[in-house]
Amino acid sequence: MVDIISELSAKFESELQNIKNSEELENIRVSYLGKKGSVTAAMKEMGKLSVEEKKEFGQKINVLKNTVADKIAAKKDEIAALELQKEIDKVPEFDISLPENFDQGSFHPITLVQRQCETIFKSMGFTVEDYSEVVTDYECFESVNIPKYHPARDMQDTYYLENGQLLKSQTTAAQNAIYKKYRKQLIEDGTPIKAIFPGRCFRNEATDACHENTFFQMEGVMVGKDISISNLIYFMKTMLSEVFRRDIKVRLRPGFFPFVEPGFELDINCLNCGGKGCPSCKHSGWLELCPCGMVHPKVLEEGGIDPDKYTGFAFGLGLTRLAMMKYGIKDIRDLNSGNLTSLAQFTDDEK
Amino acid sequence: MFISMNWISDFVDLSGLDKMELIAKFSLATAEVENDIFHKGEDLSGVVVAEIKSVEPHPESKKLHLLKVDAGDGKLTDVVCGAPNVRVGMKTAFAKVGAQLGDITIAPRPLAGYESCGMCCSEKEIGISDNNDGIMDILEDVANGTDIKDLYEIDDIIFEVDNKSLTNRPDLWGHYGIAREFATIAKRPLKELPTIDLSKYDNLEKIDIKIEDELCQRYSSLKVEHVEKNVSPMNMRIRLFYCGMRGINLLTDLTNYLMLEMGQPMHAFDSRKVEKIRIKRFDKPFTFTTLDGIERNIDENTLMICNDNTPVAIAGIMGGLDSEIVEDTTTLTLESATFNAASIRKSAVRLAHRTDASARYEKSLDPEMTTVAIARFMKLLLDIDPSVQVVSALTDEYAFHYPHVALDFDKDFVDKYTGIEITDEHILDTLTALGFKVQQEGKNFHVDVPSYRATKDISLKADIIEEITRIYGYDNFELSTTNAPLYPVRMAEDKNVEDEIKDILVKRFRLHEVHSYVWQYADEYKKLGMEVEENIKLANSTNPNIETLRNSIIPTQLCQVNYNTGYATDFGIFEIGRVVEGIKEDGLCDEKKKLCITLFSKTKSLETLYFELRDMIAEMVEDVRHRGLTYKKLEATHSYEHPKNLNALVLDGTTIGKMGVAHPLVSKKIDKKAAIVFAEIDIQSLSDIALKTIEYVEPSKYPAIEVDLSFVAEKFAEINDTIKESAYAILKKVGVADVYSDGNNKSITVRLLFGDDERTLTHEEVQKVVDEIIEKLKNKGINLKA
Repeated sequence: MVDIISELSAKFESELQNIKNSEELENIRVSYLGKKGSVTAAMKEMGKLSVEEKKEFGQKINVLKNTVADKIAAKKDEIAALELQKEIDKVPEFDISLPENFDQGSFHPITLVQRQCETIFKSMGFTVEDYSEVVTDYECFESVNIPKYHPARDMQDTYYLENGQLLKSQTTAAQNAIYKKYRKQLIEDGTPIKAIFPGRCFRNEATDACHENTFFQMEGVMVGKDISISNLIYFMKTMLSEVFRRDIKVRLRPGFFPFVEPGFELDINCLNCGGKGCPSCKHSGWLELCPCGMVHPKVLEEGGIDPDKYTGFAFGLGLTRLAMMKYGIKDIRDLNSGNLTSLAQFTDDEK
Repeated sequence: MFISMNWISDFVDLSGLDKMELIAKFSLATAEVENDIFHKGEDLSGVVVAEIKSVEPHPESKKLHLLKVDAGDGKLTDVVCGAPNVRVGMKTAFAKVGAQLGDITIAPRPLAGYESCGMCCSEKEIGISDNNDGIMDILEDVANGTDIKDLYEIDDIIFEVDNKSLTNRPDLWGHYGIAREFATIAKRPLKELPTIDLSKYDNLEKIDIKIEDELCQRYSSLKVEHVEKNVSPMNMRIRLFYCGMRGINLLTDLTNYLMLEMGQPMHAFDSRKVEKIRIKRFDKPFTFTTLDGIERNIDENTLMICNDNTPVAIAGIMGGLDSEIVEDTTTLTLESATFNAASIRKSAVRLAHRTDASARYEKSLDPEMTTVAIARFMKLLLDIDPSVQVVSALTDEYAFHYPHVALDFDKDFVDKYTGIEITDEHILDTLTALGFKVQQEGKNFHVDVPSYRATKDISLKADIIEEITRIYGYDNFELSTTNAPLYPVRMAEDKNVEDEIKDILVKRFRLHEVHSYVWQYADEYKKLGMEVEENIKLANSTNPNIETLRNSIIPTQLCQVNYNTGYATDFGIFEIGRVVEGIKEDGLCDEKKKLCITLFSKTKSLETLYFELRDMIAEMVEDVRHRGLTYKKLEATHSYEHPKNLNALVLDGTTIGKMGVAHPLVSKKIDKKAAIVFAEIDIQSLSDIALKTIEYVEPSKYPAIEVDLSFVAEKFAEINDTIKESAYAILKKVGVADVYSDGNNKSITVRLLFGDDERTLTHEEVQKVVDEIIEKLKNKGINLKA
């Protein structure tokens, strides 16, 4: 009987060596340790033996049983590891160096710059007003202190329409309507008028890399009690520092615009050289950026606001110019071209 | 306009001050100074007065001469000179060895075999005129060796003021006005303008002048004789040259000089041609030859200076050829006048002839200046040529007086407007220096505005603020934030919708936002076979291609798609822009803000692309309004619309826009194989429809049952409408699982979802509804697919 044990042991060892997967391993386990397995069968044979033989055989068969069980368990781990490795090896290492392949939509660069400005102004309590592109002579000129035959009309080559209306040559065309819209709140509750109005403007002129007949401006006004020149300069400096995300130095020079008094040309220290002088600021250290000023008393009056009680400031930002400065766009005509090779680059900007 | 610091210094003593710093201050306080400032004479040295002692012809050159010159250094210097005007005894400008002429340093050098130890110079070589005809002929009696810079005002600082920044300042169109600003900035007194007293000629005969037109404000005149000198003094010519003009002859130079000094244009007529000065307009157009020899068309709106009925000058613009001073002129009639500014401006525009005079007149010159200008002119003329005789009384017709402007304000107003504390002293000093008469009583100021600031520039208290603050210096302002009450800020709904749409289209659907023009580009349209549609036109377009405003962005966008066919096989563009849909009842344009989307694909079928666009729009509308769109078939009415596939987009009963397939003729022109679809939505109509709040539905705890049924049908709507008619309570949703077409027959697999919030449905009750649905559809001729 004891010979059977060594036979079984030798057979098991040799069979175990050839096991390749967990299925075969299970088969082997059943064939030795299962109910009908050879080890189990041998143990059943034990009853036929003498007490002496039983003792010796019992010990040996138990050792064999445990050995078989242990080796199967060890083999199981080994096979599991092998199989896992196989599973892993099924997936190759991906070539991360391949070029990316994805599509993105794009915003118009004017939208990006406009949104950035709007966010800043909204954070300071300004409303954002929309205004039509076709306006009346009253809106664009008369109401903002540019009567007929005023030389300022010569400064702007306006597109007139057959019905006497015109394509707005400046966002100032919205001022009168904004005063009329908010004057009640100002007069009754003392809430200052704070509004910006971005929009398309038109000038009847030949186009080239620096000139467009269709471009964007953004005008802003603040009117209330005791709004002063000091407030204006403070505000422009704060606002422009936000727009350009750095501490901006501003400089005001007298400038003539019929809708403001006093009127200013506002310069900022050159963004390129910081004020030391370089070709982009023509070595002056300053960049002429935007006109601004205290709202002309006649303009307030025309908007139904008493200039003796209220004062305010107004400013105009060239959104098109701002976008060109910000992104280094050299040809202004690219903006209205619809050319996607150029425009599709503006996927999104810093928020 | 070029300004000479020497000229300014005639009127204000700026000695000891840094001129460049003053110019920088002037630029910040008064008017923009261009970046390039010219230091005249800086690169000139070693040029002296020298006398030519002998002239020998050069043996081998016809042009060259061998000179011996006395440069005041006790010896004769040999010079080879090519100028044609050399002569013995002539004094000229001589650049000695070592002299600096711009980039050139003079050194002894051989010239055609002879050594030349220096150079005789022309005015151009010294940089004081553009005359290069010969070497300078110095007529002044000065010692040889005198530095040319001691003889003439060659050293000067010239800066240019941007004319645009002087639009509203008629007083700054001459040096005297600019000098007033420098005096104020430098806090130095302004000298009075030297003039002569003309009242001593009052007993002479007056000139016959009549202003017959309200466009002439004032006309002053004086007659003079015996002008013997013809050439202006060198210093005067240098100033004219530095300021961008040329010396011509004494009288022309003097009128120019006076204009540059006082801003008052003047003109000199041959007295024989202006015996009866009349200022008027003519009823009929005619032609008139100006002194530049050009024949110009004069219309009935142009003001003319006439000799009785014969026009002799275009008022404020240019004199006539026939009344010009000629060789045998003995008596001159001087004109110093002012005219209606708008009239001069319009005439100059009509004639397309803007002169130095008209540029000044159109700024509203001060009429008070006319007689002062004549007195100043005569002072200059008599100083130069004492033989001149005045032969008439100063004749002055003064038809239009600007009202005197006086303003009252108090200190509180200044404080409130500026937001800073400006002292009474600063207010008083500044305004006084600028020529205002100021009276102060406690907090109150009474200001009389000088006539040269009162023609249009200053009329309000706010204008006085500018005077005070610009001299105070905006750089010196203390900055402060505002003190304003808080209130909520609400944005207009259409603005919110617009922003949201842009985000959805760019971020979710990867479209590209574009901008375009508001007119119909005729040539671009033509290329694609699209018609320019009737709409309101631009009245003054200079480009025949852009006459008519657009009534839709779709054709604009088809042109842009055409431009981009090489960009990618598939792309979509959109714009939120404006169109004009004709004229409203009130005569104003019916302007609309539209969203336009166009998709282009070379890889997808027209049908796939159309549904992609439809689902995109539906999703976008669902997002911004929380409402579902419905669709209606539309008849094509535009050249770019496909006759079969054009649908109205309907939201809550309102048509908010349309979508369609590009007409094959247009589409084929863009790309033979590509699919092109478009949509246009009215932003206002969309945002006017109320945003539906989300209606939350508690999820059912009971299982739902899905049933798929395939019908032979052309359109889903035929099935859907029939099913929905019955409004089964347990039928929660009707969807489409599949659409199949084998080319002949089309089948639609609908997916019905049954459920109940209270219980689990039985198979039988669901089957009952399903059977009913099948039966109803069968009755309408829609059968289950075999």
